[in-house]
Amino acid sequence: MELQDIDKAFAGVKVLADVNLTLHSGRVLALAGENGAGKSTLMKILSGVYRADGGSIILRGEKVRFTTPRQAMDAGIAIIHQELNLIPALSAGENIFLGREPRTRLGTIDWPRLYRESGKLLERLQQRLDPRTPVSRLSIGQQQMVEIARALSLDAEIIVMDEPTDSLTDIETDILAKVVGTLRDAGKSLVLITHRLSEIFRMCDDVAVLRDGQLVHQGLTSESSEEHLIRQMVGRELADRYPYEPPTPGDILIEVNDLVAPGVEGVSFHARAGEVLGFGGLMGAGRTEMARALCGDVAISSGKLRVHGREVRFSSPQHGLRAGLVYVPEDRKQAGLILDHSVAENMSLTALPAFCGPLGIIRHGQERIAVRQYIDAFRIKLNDPGQSTETLSGGNQQKVSLAKALMCQPDIVIFDEPTRGVDVGAKREIYLLINRLKREGKCVLLISSEMPELLGLSDRIMVLANGRITGEFTRADATQEKIMTAAAHVEAHADNLKETQAR
Amino acid sequence: MNALTSRSLTRLLIDNKAFLALALLVAVSAGMSDNFLTLDNMLNVLRQTSINAIIAMGVTFVILTAGIDLSVGAVLALTGAFAASMTASGLAPWLGVPGTVAAGAALGAISGLFVAYGRVQAFIVTLVAMTILRGAALVYTDGRPISIGASDAADIFWQLGGGYWFGIPIPIYLMFFVFVLCWSVLHHTRFGRHVYAVGGGEKVARLSGINVNRIKISVYAISGACAALASVVLTARLGSAQPTAGTGYELDAIAAVVIGGTSLMGGRGRIFGTLIGALVIGVLNNALNIMGVSSYYQMIAKGAVILLAVLIDSRSKPST
Repeated sequence: MELQDIDKAFAGVKVLADVNLTLHSGRVLALAGENGAGKSTLMKILSGVYRADGGSIILRGEKVRFTTPRQAMDAGIAIIHQELNLIPALSAGENIFLGREPRTRLGTIDWPRLYRESGKLLERLQQRLDPRTPVSRLSIGQQQMVEIARALSLDAEIIVMDEPTDSLTDIETDILAKVVGTLRDAGKSLVLITHRLSEIFRMCDDVAVLRDGQLVHQGLTSESSEEHLIRQMVGRELADRYPYEPPTPGDILIEVNDLVAPGVEGVSFHARAGEVLGFGGLMGAGRTEMARALCGDVAISSGKLRVHGREVRFSSPQHGLRAGLVYVPEDRKQAGLILDHSVAENMSLTALPAFCGPLGIIRHGQERIAVRQYIDAFRIKLNDPGQSTETLSGGNQQKVSLAKALMCQPDIVIFDEPTRGVDVGAKREIYLLINRLKREGKCVLLISSEMPELLGLSDRIMVLANGRITGEFTRADATQEKIMTAAAHVEAHADNLKETQAR
Repeated sequence: MNALTSRSLTRLLIDNKAFLALALLVAVSAGMSDNFLTLDNMLNVLRQTSINAIIAMGVTFVILTAGIDLSVGAVLALTGAFAASMTASGLAPWLGVPGTVAAGAALGAISGLFVAYGRVQAFIVTLVAMTILRGAALVYTDGRPISIGASDAADIFWQLGGGYWFGIPIPIYLMFFVFVLCWSVLHHTRFGRHVYAVGGGEKVARLSGINVNRIKISVYAISGACAALASVVLTARLGSAQPTAGTGYELDAIAAVVIGGTSLMGGRGRIFGTLIGALVIGVLNNALNIMGVSSYYQMIAKGAVILLAVLIDSRSKPST
């Protein structure tokens, strides 16, 4: 199979440009790259979820065009998503044959055959697992095996796995590696989307690296090294796209001691007024979970949180906001903005109490003036503050989301991926805004998976992996390689901590 | 409202569809019967509509938060019985009516508590409330109507349902009073904004510092309070409370809300639309009555109108 000159843009933002990729049967290809490099988009095009804007897909010498996932499936391409697509209440066997259940002559489901055949498939994957077990009782690793069994039941020739080992234990990863080997030997073509370098070298024959939507490297894994791949993944020059200003640190505004919460396994740090503290790490490292625990959205299991020197415990974001801490979520569409409400209504939502008189009556004039001010200050392009937010571009939507958070005059701002899905111009404006907040003496916690952005804006950088801090760097000695190493090499966790403490 | 003009404009267009439907309905009815477009009949329609309109405006709050309230008919029956027995005991209406409304709010708030903290689906909670409260109404009245009796208090109370003020039935004033109150709350207070926000995106609302549970409990309380006020009008008009009063009213209320263009998914809609929606149903019933159409066919016609309204509304929305 070959992918030729694939292009794809979302709302004018180019995510893939002229990508060429070749898959061979009986081989395992690793598709590596930073978050947002375009890996998942490319695979979604391959599996018919998205349609490419340009380029072609050639399967066994023939040009094909998939408009639905079903067509791709029929052509023998199976994709196993990061978030598994199983119905928890149904049994493993039912999930494997979902929608294609074997029938008896009367048209009812042939249960013995369904369970016999799903049992055989699971056996092929060396799973000792009763196909009658409901999926909800299986471990994540076993669920993944059920997904693979489903792919096999479809006679898929090409199996794509998106970050398959992210939620697996070491033992489960070993089993997966064995299964991948078996499938390869059976002549299947496999694609593993991963950012874990050790797995690339352990499971894959070929490796392709995407960066900013472009294919920057394709070759044999055996001819590559970890250092080489890291350089390929992050290798952008840091031009003055990142307008850095030195900090003027003030008092410690937030102090966290051994914070434990869902997905966070003991995080400690402090940050000062007039400082940008960056948080690096891979997807699922626990940074968003940490932010949600800090702002009060999720309960803290243990540990101490001090804001303005006072120990606090927020039971909801309402209390966090009252203490001057605001969280700008990563997921703009679900958590940041109400897209079908107007820009003005979104923007003033958090700060609404400031515009209200007795009985909570809104002073529309004051609200209007404030909304206007923020639209001008953030240079949000729109026709009318009353227009629905979903009509704005991604960059402008993000600016609305930031304005919404900043209108309530917080002291501590947690930005979670503030430039995701935002074009270059708007990105720079967001960076300038972060600098301005720093100048005004706010304390900024910046969660970013975009390495250059993290390095370009932060005064200090903490790196998280598996809910723990695996590295802490000052601006002077942080490099992309060091951060990547701390983020990807969970094993190196202990060493890094020692290094940090020694410093 | 300058900041919200284009939003208001699009909303107005949606409302206009209900409004157009109403105008069309009135025109057709007037053409088919000379008895329809008379002042007396118009006041009659408005008076008949007032009960459903008052209930539906309360339900609008609940639906704006993406909830549903099936219990309003049963709340009406139970609070109507309270109102009747309070009046029968000689309690003055300026104490009895607020007391009845407060009882309705409390009953609604209980449902709200289960929706907010119990995390049970609103449909189930209010279905249960409907069953229990209907049972409670039957127990409380022993299955028989409770008369408001004959006293000074009863005479004043009766005015709320059957009285006139400047030639206009008092229930019509009550309906417009509730409308102005609801409109002001929804569009000019923080609470109103929060109601829309909770329905538009609960996660967003929570992260924006809104106490989502408090808002949820409040909207069910408002719905209950409106149902209780409607029970006062109904009980006063009839001079007695019936334990089976309000059966099926929840569906008429929901229909009015939906015809008015409020989305069952929450976050979208206006109280003015609900008022128009209630009038559409009221005019339809009245016109069919005047034309001598049997009540069986009336139900079919009502169903068709609701279906039409929803179809038009879903076509005007961008599919998401």
